[in-house]
Amino acid sequence: MSALVDVRAAAVPLVNASRFRAAHEAEWNRLDALLTRMEKKSVRALDEEDILALPLLYRSALSSLSVARETSLDRSLVTYLEQLCTRAYFQLYGVPESAVRQARRFFGSGWPLAVQALWRETLVCLLLTVAGAVAGYWLVATDTSWYYSIIPDAMAGGRDPSASMETLRGTIYGEQKGGMLATFAAYLFTHNSQVAIFAFALGFAFTVPTVLLLLYNGLSLGAMICLFAQKGLGFGFVGWLTIHGSTEMFAIILAGAAGMRIGTAVAFPGRDARTESAVRAGRGAAVAMAGVVLMLLVAGLLEGIGRQTIQSDATRYGIGLAMLAGWLAYFYLPRRREGSDALAY
Amino acid sequence: MRWRTRRGQRPPATLRRSFVTPEGVDLRLELASAGARAGAFLIDALILFGTLIAITVLLVTAGIAGAGGEIVMILWLVGAFVLRNGWFMLFEMGGRGATPGKRLTGLRVVARDGGRLTGGAVIARNAMREIELFLPLSFLGMQASQGAADGFLTLFALCWSGIFLFFPLFNRDRLRIGDLLAGTWVVQNVRAKLGDDLVAARAQQPRRTFSDAALDLYGIYELQTLEDVLRKGREESIATVAATIRRKAGIPDDYDDVGFLSDYYAALCARLERGMLVGRRREDKHAVGR
Repeated sequence: MSALVDVRAAAVPLVNASRFRAAHEAEWNRLDALLTRMEKKSVRALDEEDILALPLLYRSALSSLSVARETSLDRSLVTYLEQLCTRAYFQLYGVPESAVRQARRFFGSGWPLAVQALWRETLVCLLLTVAGAVAGYWLVATDTSWYYSIIPDAMAGGRDPSASMETLRGTIYGEQKGGMLATFAAYLFTHNSQVAIFAFALGFAFTVPTVLLLLYNGLSLGAMICLFAQKGLGFGFVGWLTIHGSTEMFAIILAGAAGMRIGTAVAFPGRDARTESAVRAGRGAAVAMAGVVLMLLVAGLLEGIGRQTIQSDATRYGIGLAMLAGWLAYFYLPRRREGSDALAY
Repeated sequence: MRWRTRRGQRPPATLRRSFVTPEGVDLRLELASAGARAGAFLIDALILFGTLIAITVLLVTAGIAGAGGEIVMILWLVGAFVLRNGWFMLFEMGGRGATPGKRLTGLRVVARDGGRLTGGAVIARNAMREIELFLPLSFLGMQASQGAADGFLTLFALCWSGIFLFFPLFNRDRLRIGDLLAGTWVVQNVRAKLGDDLVAARAQQPRRTFSDAALDLYGIYELQTLEDVLRKGREESIATVAATIRRKAGIPDDYDDVGFLSDYYAALCARLERGMLVGRRREDKHAVGR
């Protein structure tokens, strides 16, 4: 066979891609330009006419893709349409809400509902902490040498059974040295938040580390209370602790509950597939975690500034209990459930 | 309890995933490769460290200059906390669903179910980074600073990190633990340019015609390979392919390889597309032609 050059063959073997490109290329280019603008800046970079055109262009590109896949063998055309449609899809469907709306939804319903959903785990974590505290109190009450094994030296900072009553009294009523109150608050906030995030993430390992963390937290609490109680400073110490502790302990318990929710969802998925169950638990618990970090910010401020400037027991108790009541009311008072709460689930 | 096993219908080991839009079209998303993910993370980590060092230097000089040591300290503490936890979260919560590193490597985080990427999902996916990376590293760093990093501890921390670090390699969807928990995955999201129309480009010139026997040699796979060869335009591969086709079809050499291949491509494409319209799709040269 010879490949003769047919001079008369103006009848070009027209392939589908050519016809298709000629008919639709202008639309694709417009969609491409709009998407590029949205990706570079945001939706607000488009004017009204463009926004109205966007869904139409997207659907026409999608139908182009379907047709091209079935009729055209031009691979570069199909690849181009695939990525164009994918980009358009994510710009139209996948983009998160604006920051303001997300924040409003979070404070309005997302956060309290996420915390409410964790009520069972929260109770368990509370019990664990209390059990730890009782055990810690009892251990130190029977044998003070336990105190040294529970509380590391660095954390005790001189507050150990050998300290005199005056020293201990000084730690709860004395002025902070150096006056770096705000720095102290910032340090407490970042440190505690990091620990809380750990407690949450560690829940993935079937909640075992989370449980240990909570128990240890309770143990050291109980040991400290016992130490001060033996010197007759129990009431003052609890007041010193309550002003920020009600918020901080609550936050840590919630972080533990969030971790526990994930661990149990992975271990016991129930009727769902394991991954689906993990995803549902993970998203809800993460919202609660974002709230925990905020609570710890409040606790850090109370601890770093409030505790050192307020010396009276009554005020300390008052502030601490008022905070606790406030949190409880915010989280657990019944509230109207919005139809589709994208943040919580 | 229900274990979902998929025996017998394993999806193929490619990174293409079926993803059907509400309009009913399968977008066939391409997942990010492990290499691209690692590259994106390295870029982010470098920027993070760079920023942290820059902030530290800036604040230290400010502190030396005497601008209230307390404020400097607070700024540093809070700044480091926000950088460490907020960098990935805030960028991924933004409209682009990608950190700067991911943007540079053309990646994007999306929800596996195709819905909106919620704040909860982004927080969950990045909070897990704490145990994947920062926990063993900070543990190691703390021990090392106290001179107590013995071999066993180092090994343990490295193993721990290694399990999480290489976790994406052990599942088909390249999911981190965080992705698993948040219901997200990371996909390629690059802009492609529409290549030139190979057929229309030569519409003005006279064309070669080919016999049916010459056009029956190949199927769709070979056609698209030929498309790649033509688009890349490397002379030696064009010469090799042209020689092979001429030999198989018994066509004498006319010393215009590009022209010959373009015409052959156009004719073969038109023929295969005609076949497709009447329901005869010939995947490759081994498939029966008609």
